[in-house]
Amino acid sequence: MVNQVSMIEIKLTDAPLNPSDATAFVSGCESGGTVVFIGTVRDQTKGKTVVRLEFEAYEPMANLEMEKIAMACKELFNIHKVCIHHRTGILGIGEIPVVIAVSSTHRQAAFEACQYAIDTLKQEVPIWKKEVFEDGEVWVAAHP
Amino acid sequence: MITVKIVTFGIVRDMLGGQSSLTETLPADTRLEDLSTLLNDRYPALRRLDALRYAVNTQYAGKDVTLQQNDEIALIPPVSGG
Repeated sequence: MVNQVSMIEIKLTDAPLNPSDATAFVSGCESGGTVVFIGTVRDQTKGKTVVRLEFEAYEPMANLEMEKIAMACKELFNIHKVCIHHRTGILGIGEIPVVIAVSSTHRQAAFEACQYAIDTLKQEVPIWKKEVFEDGEVWVAAHP
Repeated sequence: MITVKIVTFGIVRDMLGGQSSLTETLPADTRLEDLSTLLNDRYPALRRLDALRYAVNTQYAGKDVTLQQNDEIALIPPVSGG
C-alpha cells in the first residue's frame, strides 16, 4: 500500500523480494543518500544446519504494524521516504525475508531510521518464522 | 451472549492441535482476561509461553478490554519476523 503523498511503501508478499524495488521507491534528487537493510536466510543457527525457513504472518495486522513503523520513522527522524518489504512462505538459504530502505538529506537520519525500523519490526510485527533443520524444526523466539 | 472469532499463529496454532481459527460464544461482559483464562485452562500448553500477547481486531489489546460481538481475537506468540 502507498499512502497519499507516496512517502511510505509497505509490502507483504509471498513472491521473491528485489532490493532494487525498495531503493527505487525511496530514491529522489532531494536525497543525499539511501540506507538499505537486507535480511538474508543464513545456513546455521547455534551450530545447527538450517535447511529452510517458513514465514507466516497475520497479514492485516502485519501490514498495519509495518505502516505504523514507517509513519513513526517519518515522525521521529528527518527522512524523506521509507519502504518496508517482507516475505512470507518458504525461503531457502540466501533468500531475502526483509528489505528496508530509507532516504534522507543527510546520512545519519537514514541510518537511525533504518535501525529503528528493523528493530521495531522484529519486536512488534506479527510475523513468525519456523527454522527447519535436517532433524527437526522450531518456531524462532517462541519455544518454551 | 456474544460470539467471537479466535485466530492462532505459529507455535500457538501447534499448541491448539493445528486449529487456525475457532469460534467461541461467551457472556456479554467477557473481558480479554477472562478469555485468556478460559483458553489457558483448556490448552494448558499456552501457559508455557513466556510472552503471549493478544490483539483485538488487529490491534494489540490489554487484558481489561471488554469483548464485543464479532470481535476477532488473535493470539500472538513471540514474533520473529525479519
